[in-house]
Amino acid sequence: MPDGATVKTTMLEIRDLQAFYGESHVLHGVNIDVRQGEVVTLLGRNGAGKTTTMRSIMGIVGKRNGSIRFQGKELIGMAQHKIPRLGIGYVPEERGIFASLSVDENLMLPPVVKAGGMTVPQIYELFPNLQGRGTTQGTRLSGGEQQMLAIARILRTGADLILLDEPTEGLAPVIIEQIGVAVRKLKQRGFTIVLVEQNFRFAATIADRHYVMEEGHVVDMIPNDQLAQNMDKLHTYLGV
Amino acid sequence: MFDLLGVPPQVLFGQLLLGLINGSFYALLSLGLAVIFGMLNVINFAHGALYMIGAFVAWLLLTKLGLGYWWALGLSPLIVGLLGVVLEKTMLSRLYKLDHLYGLLLTFGLALIMEGAFRHFYGVSGQPYPIPDALKGGQNLGFMFLPNYRGWVVVASLIVCFGTWFAIERTRLGAYLRAATENPVLVQAFGINVPVMITATYGFGVALAGLAGVLAAPIYQVSPLMGTNLIIVVFAVVVIGGMGSILGAIVTGLGLGLLEGLTKVFYPEASNIVVFVVMAIVLLIKPAGLFGRER
Repeated sequence: MPDGATVKTTMLEIRDLQAFYGESHVLHGVNIDVRQGEVVTLLGRNGAGKTTTMRSIMGIVGKRNGSIRFQGKELIGMAQHKIPRLGIGYVPEERGIFASLSVDENLMLPPVVKAGGMTVPQIYELFPNLQGRGTTQGTRLSGGEQQMLAIARILRTGADLILLDEPTEGLAPVIIEQIGVAVRKLKQRGFTIVLVEQNFRFAATIADRHYVMEEGHVVDMIPNDQLAQNMDKLHTYLGV
Repeated sequence: MFDLLGVPPQVLFGQLLLGLINGSFYALLSLGLAVIFGMLNVINFAHGALYMIGAFVAWLLLTKLGLGYWWALGLSPLIVGLLGVVLEKTMLSRLYKLDHLYGLLLTFGLALIMEGAFRHFYGVSGQPYPIPDALKGGQNLGFMFLPNYRGWVVVASLIVCFGTWFAIERTRLGAYLRAATENPVLVQAFGINVPVMITATYGFGVALAGLAGVLAAPIYQVSPLMGTNLIIVVFAVVVIGGMGSILGAIVTGLGLGLLEGLTKVFYPEASNIVVFVVMAIVLLIKPAGLFGRER
Protein backbone atom coordinates (compact mmCIF):
# COMPACT_ATOMS: atom_id res chain seq x y z
CA MET A 1 0.00 0.00 0.00
CA PRO A 2 1.34 3.42 -0.93
CA ASP A 3 0.60 5.10 2.40
CA GLY A 4 2.30 2.48 4.50
CA ALA A 5 -1.05 1.63 6.03
CA THR A 6 -0.44 -2.05 6.61
CA VAL A 7 1.56 -1.14 9.68
CA LYS A 8 -1.49 -0.15 11.71
CA THR A 9 -4.22 -2.54 12.72
CA THR A 10 -7.57 -2.52 10.99
CA MET A 11 -10.30 -1.15 13.21
CA LEU A 12 -13.28 -1.35 10.88
CA GLU A 13 -13.60 -3.76 8.00
CA ILE A 14 -16.65 -3.62 5.75
CA ARG A 15 -17.06 -6.36 3.15
CA ASP A 16 -19.73 -6.71 0.48
CA LEU A 17 -22.22 -4.68 2.54
CA GLN A 18 -25.76 -4.68 1.15
CA ALA A 19 -28.44 -2.52 2.75
CA PHE A 20 -32.14 -2.07 2.13
CA TYR A 21 -34.83 0.42 3.11
CA GLY A 22 -38.02 -1.54 2.72
CA GLU A 23 -38.08 -2.68 -0.92
CA SER A 24 -35.31 -0.43 -2.14
CA HIS A 25 -31.82 -1.84 -2.30
CA VAL A 26 -29.52 1.04 -1.35
CA LEU A 27 -26.03 -0.41 -0.86
CA HIS A 28 -24.69 -2.92 -3.39
CA GLY A 29 -21.56 -4.44 -1.96
CA VAL A 30 -19.60 -1.74 -0.13
CA ASN A 31 -15.99 -2.50 0.85
CA ILE A 32 -14.18 -0.15 3.23
CA ASP A 33 -11.25 -0.50 5.60
CA VAL A 34 -10.46 1.94 8.37
CA ARG A 35 -7.31 1.59 10.40
CA GLN A 36 -6.72 2.65 13.95
CA GLY A 37 -6.14 6.40 14.27
CA GLU A 38 -7.10 7.21 10.69
CA VAL A 39 -9.47 9.85 9.43
CA VAL A 40 -11.31 8.47 6.41
CA THR A 41 -13.93 10.30 4.41
CA LEU A 42 -16.76 9.00 2.33
CA LEU A 43 -17.27 11.30 -0.63
CA GLY A 44 -19.99 11.14 -3.23
CA ARG A 45 -23.07 12.82 -4.56
CA ASN A 46 -26.39 12.88 -2.79
CA GLY A 47 -27.93 9.45 -2.66
CA ALA A 48 -24.64 7.64 -3.25
CA GLY A 49 -25.07 5.69 -0.01
CA LYS A 50 -22.71 7.50 2.38
CA THR A 51 -25.21 8.08 5.16
CA THR A 52 -26.67 4.62 4.65
CA THR A 53 -23.21 3.13 5.11
CA MET A 54 -22.97 4.88 8.49
CA ARG A 55 -26.45 3.85 9.48
CA SER A 56 -25.61 0.29 8.50
CA ILE A 57 -22.63 0.31 10.83
CA MET A 58 -24.92 1.45 13.66
CA GLY A 59 -27.54 -1.14 12.70
CA ILE A 60 -30.30 1.39 12.06
CA VAL A 61 -31.26 0.50 8.49
CA GLY A 62 -34.11 -1.81 7.55
CA LYS A 63 -32.04 -4.82 6.56
CA ARG A 64 -28.37 -5.36 5.88
CA ASN A 65 -26.09 -8.21 4.99
CA GLY A 66 -22.48 -8.82 4.14
CA SER A 67 -19.95 -8.20 6.86
CA ILE A 68 -19.03 -5.29 9.13
CA ARG A 69 -16.27 -6.13 11.58
CA PHE A 70 -15.27 -3.71 14.33
CA GLN A 71 -12.08 -4.69 16.16
CA GLY A 72 -12.69 -8.19 14.90
CA LYS A 73 -16.31 -8.42 16.07
CA GLU A 74 -19.09 -8.94 13.53
CA LEU A 75 -21.74 -6.23 13.82
CA ILE A 76 -24.30 -7.72 11.44
CA GLY A 77 -26.77 -9.69 13.48
CA MET A 78 -25.76 -7.98 16.71
CA ALA A 79 -28.52 -6.33 18.79
CA GLN A 80 -28.72 -2.64 17.86
CA HIS A 81 -28.06 -1.23 21.30
CA LYS A 82 -24.94 -3.37 21.75
CA ILE A 83 -23.12 -1.88 18.75
CA PRO A 84 -22.37 1.55 20.30
CA ARG A 85 -21.32 -0.22 23.48
CA LEU A 86 -18.33 -1.69 21.64
CA GLY A 87 -16.97 1.86 21.36
CA ILE A 88 -18.58 3.39 18.29
CA GLY A 89 -19.94 6.92 18.57
CA TYR A 90 -22.42 8.24 16.04
CA VAL A 91 -23.00 11.89 15.16
CA PRO A 92 -25.96 11.91 12.79
CA GLU A 93 -26.44 14.25 9.86
CA GLU A 94 -29.41 16.01 11.44
CA ARG A 95 -27.28 16.37 14.61
CA GLY A 96 -30.00 14.91 16.76
CA ILE A 97 -29.99 17.46 19.56
CA PHE A 98 -32.99 16.79 21.78
CA ALA A 99 -35.41 19.68 22.18
CA SER A 100 -36.83 18.38 25.45
CA LEU A 101 -33.37 18.19 27.02
CA SER A 102 -31.09 20.97 28.24
CA VAL A 103 -27.58 21.33 26.85
CA ASP A 104 -26.20 19.55 29.93
CA GLU A 105 -28.69 16.74 29.62
CA ASN A 106 -27.86 16.37 25.93
CA LEU A 107 -24.17 16.28 26.79
CA MET A 108 -24.60 13.66 29.51
CA LEU A 109 -27.13 11.52 27.64
CA PRO A 110 -25.02 8.88 25.85
CA PRO A 111 -23.89 6.31 28.39
CA VAL A 112 -20.16 5.86 28.97
CA VAL A 113 -19.21 2.66 27.17
CA LYS A 114 -15.47 2.48 27.81
CA ALA A 115 -12.94 4.01 30.14
CA GLY A 116 -10.77 6.76 28.73
CA GLY A 117 -13.42 9.13 27.43
CA MET A 118 -12.85 12.87 27.60
CA THR A 119 -13.87 14.70 30.75
CA VAL A 120 -16.36 17.56 30.67
CA PRO A 121 -13.62 20.21 31.30
CA GLN A 122 -11.61 18.74 28.41
CA ILE A 123 -14.70 18.92 26.22
CA TYR A 124 -15.28 22.57 27.14
CA GLU A 125 -11.66 23.25 26.30
CA LEU A 126 -12.26 21.78 22.85
CA PHE A 127 -15.59 23.58 22.37
CA PRO A 128 -15.51 26.76 24.48
CA ASN A 129 -18.83 27.85 22.95
CA LEU A 130 -20.65 25.21 24.97
CA GLN A 131 -19.38 26.41 28.33
CA GLY A 132 -21.92 28.17 30.51
CA ARG A 133 -24.82 27.10 28.29
CA GLY A 134 -25.76 24.08 30.40
CA THR A 135 -29.33 24.99 31.23
CA THR A 136 -30.24 26.26 27.74
CA GLN A 137 -32.71 24.12 25.83
CA GLY A 138 -30.64 22.01 23.43
CA THR A 139 -32.28 23.20 20.23
CA ARG A 140 -31.91 26.88 21.18
CA LEU A 141 -28.21 26.69 20.38
CA SER A 142 -27.09 27.92 16.97
CA GLY A 143 -26.57 25.33 14.23
CA GLY A 144 -22.82 25.37 14.77
CA GLU A 145 -23.13 25.00 18.53
CA GLN A 146 -25.58 22.12 18.06
CA GLN A 147 -23.02 20.41 15.85
CA MET A 148 -20.36 20.92 18.52
CA LEU A 149 -22.70 19.50 21.15
CA ALA A 150 -23.49 16.50 18.94
CA ILE A 151 -19.77 15.74 18.68
CA ALA A 152 -19.05 16.64 22.30
CA ARG A 153 -21.52 14.20 23.80
CA ILE A 154 -19.88 11.30 21.95
CA LEU A 155 -16.41 12.22 23.22
CA ARG A 156 -17.50 11.61 26.81
CA THR A 157 -18.45 8.00 26.15
CA GLY A 158 -14.99 6.60 25.56
CA ALA A 159 -15.89 5.51 22.02
CA ASP A 160 -12.73 5.19 19.92
CA LEU A 161 -14.38 5.14 16.51
CA ILE A 162 -16.46 8.20 15.66
CA LEU A 163 -18.84 8.38 12.72
CA LEU A 164 -19.37 12.01 11.70
CA ASP A 165 -22.13 12.54 9.17
CA GLU A 166 -21.72 15.89 7.37
CA PRO A 167 -20.56 17.95 10.34
CA THR A 168 -20.19 21.10 8.22
CA GLU A 169 -23.55 21.03 6.48
CA GLY A 170 -25.26 24.42 6.50
CA LEU A 171 -22.64 26.10 8.69
CA ALA A 172 -20.81 29.40 8.20
CA PRO A 173 -17.13 29.23 7.13
CA VAL A 174 -15.90 30.48 10.53
CA ILE A 175 -17.75 27.69 12.29
CA ILE A 176 -16.56 25.11 9.77
CA GLU A 177 -13.02 26.16 10.60
CA GLN A 178 -13.68 25.65 14.33
CA ILE A 179 -15.10 22.20 13.68
CA GLY A 180 -12.04 21.44 11.52
CA VAL A 181 -9.70 22.44 14.33
CA ALA A 182 -11.63 20.24 16.75
CA VAL A 183 -11.58 17.21 14.43
CA ARG A 184 -7.83 17.59 13.95
CA LYS A 185 -7.34 17.70 17.72
CA LEU A 186 -9.42 14.55 18.04
CA LYS A 187 -7.21 12.87 15.49
CA GLN A 188 -4.14 13.86 17.51
CA ARG A 189 -5.75 12.32 20.55
CA GLY A 190 -5.92 9.03 18.68
CA PHE A 191 -9.58 8.88 17.73
CA THR A 192 -10.43 7.01 14.56
CA ILE A 193 -12.90 8.98 12.48
CA VAL A 194 -15.12 8.17 9.54
CA LEU A 195 -16.42 11.36 7.98
CA VAL A 196 -19.16 11.82 5.44
CA GLU A 197 -18.62 15.11 3.65
CA GLN A 198 -20.03 17.04 0.76
CA ASN A 199 -17.57 19.83 1.48
CA PHE A 200 -14.61 18.36 -0.28
CA ARG A 201 -12.22 21.16 0.61
CA PHE A 202 -12.95 20.64 4.29
CA ALA A 203 -12.39 16.91 3.92
CA ALA A 204 -9.03 17.45 2.22
CA THR A 205 -7.69 19.38 5.22
CA ILE A 206 -8.20 16.58 7.74
CA ALA A 207 -8.47 13.18 6.06
CA ASP A 208 -5.87 10.49 5.45
CA ARG A 209 -7.82 8.75 2.71
CA HIS A 210 -11.00 9.30 0.72
CA TYR A 211 -13.43 6.67 -0.41
CA VAL A 212 -15.58 7.75 -3.33
CA MET A 213 -19.07 6.27 -3.45
CA GLU A 214 -21.46 6.08 -6.37
CA GLU A 215 -24.84 4.38 -6.57
CA GLY A 216 -24.38 2.24 -3.50
CA HIS A 217 -20.80 1.12 -3.85
CA VAL A 218 -17.26 2.35 -3.48
CA VAL A 219 -15.81 3.26 -6.86
CA ASP A 220 -12.44 4.58 -5.81
CA MET A 221 -10.04 5.16 -2.92
CA ILE A 222 -7.68 8.13 -3.03
CA PRO A 223 -5.02 8.73 -0.35
CA ASN A 224 -4.97 12.37 0.66
CA ASP A 225 -1.37 12.85 -0.50
CA GLN A 226 -2.32 11.77 -4.03
CA LEU A 227 -5.23 14.12 -4.19
CA ALA A 228 -3.55 16.64 -6.49
CA GLN A 229 -2.91 14.04 -9.21
CA ASN A 230 -6.48 12.80 -8.97
CA MET A 231 -8.35 16.06 -9.03
CA ASP A 232 -9.77 15.60 -12.54
CA LYS A 233 -11.07 12.15 -11.72
CA LEU A 234 -12.60 13.42 -8.49
CA HIS A 235 -14.34 16.28 -10.25
CA THR A 236 -15.97 13.79 -12.58
CA TYR A 237 -17.11 11.62 -9.64
CA LEU A 238 -18.53 14.46 -7.63
CA GLY A 239 -19.75 16.56 -10.53
CA VAL A 240 -18.30 19.75 -9.05
CA MET B 1 -71.87 31.33 59.63
CA PHE B 2 -71.15 33.45 56.57
CA ASP B 3 -72.53 32.66 53.18
CA LEU B 4 -70.64 32.79 49.90
CA LEU B 5 -72.84 33.93 47.03
CA GLY B 6 -75.75 32.42 48.90
CA VAL B 7 -73.99 29.08 49.37
CA PRO B 8 -73.22 27.79 52.87
CA PRO B 9 -69.43 27.18 53.24
CA GLN B 10 -69.99 23.55 54.28
CA VAL B 11 -71.58 22.88 50.90
CA LEU B 12 -68.99 24.83 48.99
CA PHE B 13 -65.97 23.24 50.67
CA GLY B 14 -67.62 19.84 50.68
CA GLN B 15 -68.01 19.98 46.93
CA LEU B 16 -64.53 21.39 46.47
CA LEU B 17 -63.12 18.47 48.45
CA LEU B 18 -65.11 16.05 46.33
CA GLY B 19 -63.77 17.85 43.29
CA LEU B 20 -60.22 17.57 44.62
CA ILE B 21 -60.69 13.82 45.19
CA ASN B 22 -62.02 13.29 41.69
CA GLY B 23 -59.25 15.55 40.42
CA SER B 24 -56.66 13.35 42.19
CA PHE B 25 -57.93 10.33 40.28
CA TYR B 26 -58.08 12.27 37.01
CA ALA B 27 -54.50 13.38 37.59
CA LEU B 28 -53.17 9.90 38.41
CA LEU B 29 -54.94 8.30 35.47
CA SER B 30 -54.20 10.99 32.90
CA LEU B 31 -50.58 11.03 34.07
CA GLY B 32 -50.29 7.33 33.20
CA LEU B 33 -51.96 7.94 29.85
CA ALA B 34 -49.63 10.86 29.13
CA VAL B 35 -46.51 8.85 30.00
CA ILE B 36 -47.67 5.98 27.79
CA PHE B 37 -48.73 8.21 24.91
CA GLY B 38 -45.46 10.15 25.02
CA MET B 39 -43.29 7.07 24.75
CA LEU B 40 -45.42 4.57 22.83
CA ASN B 41 -47.67 6.84 20.81
CA VAL B 42 -50.49 4.57 21.89
CA ILE B 43 -53.75 5.89 23.27
CA ASN B 44 -54.23 3.34 26.00
CA PHE B 45 -57.93 2.65 26.03
CA ALA B 46 -57.40 -0.20 28.49
CA HIS B 47 -56.41 2.32 31.17
CA GLY B 48 -59.83 2.38 32.82
CA ALA B 49 -60.03 -1.40 32.84
CA LEU B 50 -56.58 -1.63 34.43
CA TYR B 51 -57.66 0.88 37.09
CA MET B 52 -60.64 -1.38 37.76
CA ILE B 53 -58.36 -4.43 37.96
CA GLY B 54 -56.16 -2.51 40.42
CA ALA B 55 -59.19 -2.10 42.69
CA PHE B 56 -60.26 -5.73 42.21
CA VAL B 57 -56.79 -7.04 43.02
CA ALA B 58 -56.99 -5.09 46.29
CA TRP B 59 -60.41 -6.57 47.01
CA LEU B 60 -59.29 -10.11 46.11
CA LEU B 61 -56.13 -9.79 48.22
CA LEU B 62 -58.35 -8.85 51.16
CA THR B 63 -61.14 -11.40 50.72
CA LYS B 64 -59.11 -14.38 49.46
CA LEU B 65 -55.76 -13.92 51.18
CA GLY B 66 -56.61 -11.63 54.06
CA LEU B 67 -54.01 -9.09 52.96
CA GLY B 68 -55.15 -5.59 53.88
CA TYR B 69 -55.02 -2.15 52.35
CA TRP B 70 -51.32 -1.41 52.87
CA TRP B 71 -50.33 -4.69 51.24
CA ALA B 72 -52.64 -3.92 48.35
CA LEU B 73 -51.14 -0.46 47.95
CA GLY B 74 -47.81 -2.11 47.12
CA LEU B 75 -48.88 -5.38 45.51
CA SER B 76 -51.75 -4.26 43.32
CA PRO B 77 -49.78 -1.70 41.22
CA LEU B 78 -47.05 -4.33 40.90
CA ILE B 79 -49.48 -6.96 39.62
CA VAL B 80 -51.21 -4.53 37.26
CA GLY B 81 -47.79 -3.31 36.07
CA LEU B 82 -46.71 -6.89 35.32
CA LEU B 83 -49.95 -7.50 33.47
CA GLY B 84 -49.13 -4.38 31.44
CA VAL B 85 -45.64 -5.70 30.68
CA VAL B 86 -47.16 -8.94 29.38
CA LEU B 87 -49.73 -7.09 27.26
CA GLU B 88 -47.04 -4.83 25.80
CA LYS B 89 -44.61 -7.66 25.08
CA THR B 90 -47.10 -10.02 23.54
CA MET B 91 -49.49 -7.67 21.71
CA LEU B 92 -48.88 -3.91 21.69
CA SER B 93 -45.26 -4.15 20.61
CA ARG B 94 -46.35 -5.72 17.33
CA LEU B 95 -48.34 -2.63 16.37
CA TYR B 96 -45.76 0.16 16.65
CA LYS B 97 -45.03 0.17 12.93
CA LEU B 98 -48.72 0.67 12.11
CA ASP B 99 -51.00 3.66 12.52
CA HIS B 100 -51.83 4.82 16.09
CA LEU B 101 -55.36 3.75 15.48
CA TYR B 102 -54.44 0.06 15.75
CA GLY B 103 -53.02 0.54 19.24
CA LEU B 104 -56.21 2.29 20.24
CA LEU B 105 -58.38 -0.46 18.76
CA LEU B 106 -56.35 -3.20 20.43
CA THR B 107 -56.47 -1.57 23.86
CA PHE B 108 -60.17 -0.83 23.42
CA GLY B 109 -60.76 -4.52 22.68
CA LEU B 110 -58.64 -5.52 25.67
CA ALA B 111 -60.67 -3.18 27.89
CA LEU B 112 -63.91 -4.82 26.75
CA ILE B 113 -62.53 -8.30 27.39
CA MET B 114 -61.22 -7.43 30.85
CA GLU B 115 -64.42 -5.69 31.90
CA GLY B 116 -66.54 -8.48 30.42
CA ALA B 117 -64.59 -11.10 32.34
CA PHE B 118 -64.97 -9.31 35.67
CA ARG B 119 -68.65 -8.72 34.99
CA HIS B 120 -69.11 -12.40 34.32
CA PHE B 121 -67.53 -13.43 37.63
CA TYR B 122 -68.51 -10.59 39.94
CA GLY B 123 -71.63 -8.99 38.47
CA VAL B 124 -72.12 -5.26 38.21
CA SER B 125 -73.42 -4.46 41.65
CA GLY B 126 -70.02 -3.64 43.17
CA GLN B 127 -68.18 -4.91 46.23
CA PRO B 128 -67.56 -2.84 49.34
CA TYR B 129 -63.97 -2.27 50.49
CA PRO B 130 -63.36 -1.06 54.02
CA ILE B 131 -61.34 2.02 54.87
CA PRO B 132 -58.14 0.92 56.66
CA ASP B 133 -58.30 1.42 60.43
CA ALA B 134 -55.47 3.92 60.50
CA LEU B 135 -57.38 6.25 58.21
CA LYS B 136 -60.84 6.02 59.74
CA GLY B 137 -62.47 9.08 61.22
CA GLY B 138 -61.87 12.67 60.23
CA GLN B 139 -60.86 16.17 61.21
CA ASN B 140 -63.12 19.07 61.94
CA LEU B 141 -61.42 21.98 60.21
CA GLY B 142 -63.94 24.53 61.46
CA PHE B 143 -65.32 25.41 58.06
CA MET B 144 -65.78 21.77 57.04
CA PHE B 145 -65.32 18.15 58.06
CA LEU B 146 -62.41 16.34 56.36
CA PRO B 147 -62.56 12.53 56.40
CA ASN B 148 -59.01 11.23 56.97
CA TYR B 149 -59.15 8.76 54.13
CA ARG B 150 -60.08 11.42 51.60
CA GLY B 151 -57.29 13.68 52.80
CA TRP B 152 -54.91 10.74 52.41
CA VAL B 153 -56.03 10.12 48.82
CA VAL B 154 -55.34 13.72 47.85
CA VAL B 155 -51.93 13.76 49.55
CA ALA B 156 -50.89 10.35 48.21
CA SER B 157 -51.85 11.16 44.65
CA LEU B 158 -50.10 14.54 44.80
CA ILE B 159 -46.93 12.85 46.06
CA VAL B 160 -47.05 10.19 43.33
CA CYS B 161 -47.85 12.72 40.60
CA PHE B 162 -45.09 15.14 41.49
CA GLY B 163 -42.67 12.30 42.20
CA THR B 164 -43.32 11.04 38.68
CA TRP B 165 -42.96 14.53 37.27
CA PHE B 166 -39.65 14.94 39.07
CA ALA B 167 -38.37 11.56 37.89
CA ILE B 168 -39.18 12.36 34.28
CA GLU B 169 -38.15 16.00 34.14
CA ARG B 170 -35.22 16.14 36.52
CA THR B 171 -33.35 12.82 36.56
CA ARG B 172 -31.03 11.01 34.22
CA LEU B 173 -33.47 8.15 33.67
CA GLY B 174 -36.10 10.74 32.83
CA ALA B 175 -33.72 12.32 30.32
CA TYR B 176 -33.42 8.95 28.57
CA LEU B 177 -37.19 8.73 28.51
CA ARG B 178 -37.67 12.23 27.10
CA ALA B 179 -34.93 11.68 24.54
CA ALA B 180 -36.38 8.32 23.48
CA THR B 181 -39.80 9.93 23.15
CA GLU B 182 -38.29 12.41 20.72
CA ASN B 183 -35.92 10.22 18.73
CA PRO B 184 -35.88 6.54 19.73
CA VAL B 185 -33.57 5.51 16.88
CA LEU B 186 -30.80 7.87 17.98
CA VAL B 187 -31.13 6.94 21.65
CA GLN B 188 -30.75 3.31 20.61
CA ALA B 189 -27.68 4.33 18.59
CA PHE B 190 -26.15 5.60 21.84
CA GLY B 191 -26.39 2.12 23.29
CA ILE B 192 -29.64 2.30 25.24
CA ASN B 193 -32.05 -0.61 24.96
CA VAL B 194 -35.12 1.31 23.86
CA PRO B 195 -37.56 -1.62 23.51
CA VAL B 196 -36.96 -2.50 27.16
CA MET B 197 -37.56 1.15 28.09
CA ILE B 198 -40.83 1.12 26.17
CA THR B 199 -42.04 -2.01 27.94
CA ALA B 200 -41.06 -0.58 31.31
CA THR B 201 -42.84 2.69 30.53
CA TYR B 202 -46.07 0.91 29.68
CA GLY B 203 -45.74 -1.19 32.83
CA PHE B 204 -45.18 1.94 34.92
CA GLY B 205 -48.05 3.86 33.30
CA VAL B 206 -50.57 1.11 33.96
CA ALA B 207 -49.15 0.55 37.47
CA LEU B 208 -50.24 4.14 38.16
CA ALA B 209 -53.73 3.13 37.05
CA GLY B 210 -53.54 0.13 39.38
CA LEU B 211 -52.50 2.40 42.25
CA ALA B 212 -55.40 4.74 41.51
CA GLY B 213 -57.67 1.68 41.64
CA VAL B 214 -56.48 0.76 45.14
CA LEU B 215 -56.89 4.35 46.36
CA ALA B 216 -60.39 4.41 44.88
CA ALA B 217 -61.53 1.09 46.33
CA PRO B 218 -62.65 2.40 49.77
CA ILE B 219 -64.28 5.50 48.25
CA TYR B 220 -66.17 4.10 45.28
CA GLN B 221 -67.42 0.56 45.16
CA VAL B 222 -65.18 -2.03 43.56
CA SER B 223 -67.12 -2.73 40.40
CA PRO B 224 -66.28 -3.92 36.87
CA LEU B 225 -67.68 -0.70 35.44
CA MET B 226 -65.81 1.75 37.66
CA GLY B 227 -63.17 2.28 34.96
CA THR B 228 -65.60 2.92 32.14
CA ASN B 229 -67.34 5.61 34.14
CA LEU B 230 -64.13 7.46 34.79
CA ILE B 231 -62.05 6.96 31.68
CA ILE B 232 -64.08 9.14 29.33
CA VAL B 233 -63.54 12.16 31.57
CA VAL B 234 -59.87 11.23 31.90
CA PHE B 235 -59.49 11.22 28.12
CA ALA B 236 -61.01 14.70 28.04
CA VAL B 237 -58.47 15.75 30.69
CA VAL B 238 -55.61 14.42 28.58
CA VAL B 239 -56.87 16.29 25.52
CA ILE B 240 -57.24 19.53 27.50
CA GLY B 241 -53.81 19.20 29.12
CA GLY B 242 -52.11 18.29 25.85
CA MET B 243 -51.34 14.76 24.71
CA GLY B 244 -48.15 13.49 26.28
CA SER B 245 -47.57 16.47 28.59
CA ILE B 246 -46.73 15.26 32.11
CA LEU B 247 -47.26 18.51 33.98
CA GLY B 248 -50.31 19.22 31.81
CA ALA B 249 -51.93 15.95 32.87
CA ILE B 250 -51.39 16.64 36.58
CA VAL B 251 -52.45 20.27 36.64
CA THR B 252 -55.41 19.77 34.32
CA GLY B 253 -56.58 16.70 36.24
CA LEU B 254 -56.68 18.52 39.56
CA GLY B 255 -58.01 21.73 38.04
CA LEU B 256 -60.88 20.06 36.26
CA GLY B 257 -61.83 18.09 39.35
CA LEU B 258 -62.12 21.37 41.23
CA LEU B 259 -64.02 22.96 38.37
CA GLU B 260 -66.48 20.07 38.42
CA GLY B 261 -66.92 20.54 42.17
CA LEU B 262 -67.58 24.25 41.77
CA THR B 263 -70.08 23.62 39.01
CA LYS B 264 -71.94 21.22 41.29
CA VAL B 265 -72.35 24.06 43.78
CA PHE B 266 -73.35 26.85 41.46
CA TYR B 267 -74.99 25.13 38.52
CA PRO B 268 -75.42 21.40 39.26
CA GLU B 269 -77.15 20.67 35.98
CA ALA B 270 -73.91 21.36 34.07
CA SER B 271 -71.55 19.42 36.35
CA ASN B 272 -71.48 16.31 34.16
CA ILE B 273 -70.64 18.16 30.99
CA VAL B 274 -68.45 21.03 32.16
CA VAL B 275 -65.26 19.07 31.43
CA PHE B 276 -66.39 18.45 27.86
CA VAL B 277 -67.36 22.08 27.36
CA VAL B 278 -63.86 23.06 28.47
CA MET B 279 -62.45 20.44 26.10
CA ALA B 280 -64.37 21.86 23.17
CA ILE B 281 -63.23 25.41 23.94
CA VAL B 282 -59.59 24.36 24.38
CA LEU B 283 -59.67 22.41 21.12
CA LEU B 284 -61.01 25.44 19.31
CA ILE B 285 -58.49 27.88 20.73
CA LYS B 286 -55.40 25.74 21.33
CA PRO B 287 -55.73 22.38 19.54
CA ALA B 288 -52.48 21.00 21.01
CA GLY B 289 -53.90 21.38 24.53
CA LEU B 290 -53.04 23.83 27.30
CA PHE B 291 -49.58 22.36 27.94
CA GLY B 292 -49.01 20.57 24.64
CA ARG B 293 -46.51 21.42 21.96
CA GLU B 294 -47.59 21.64 18.35
CA ARG B 295 -45.96 18.83 16.43
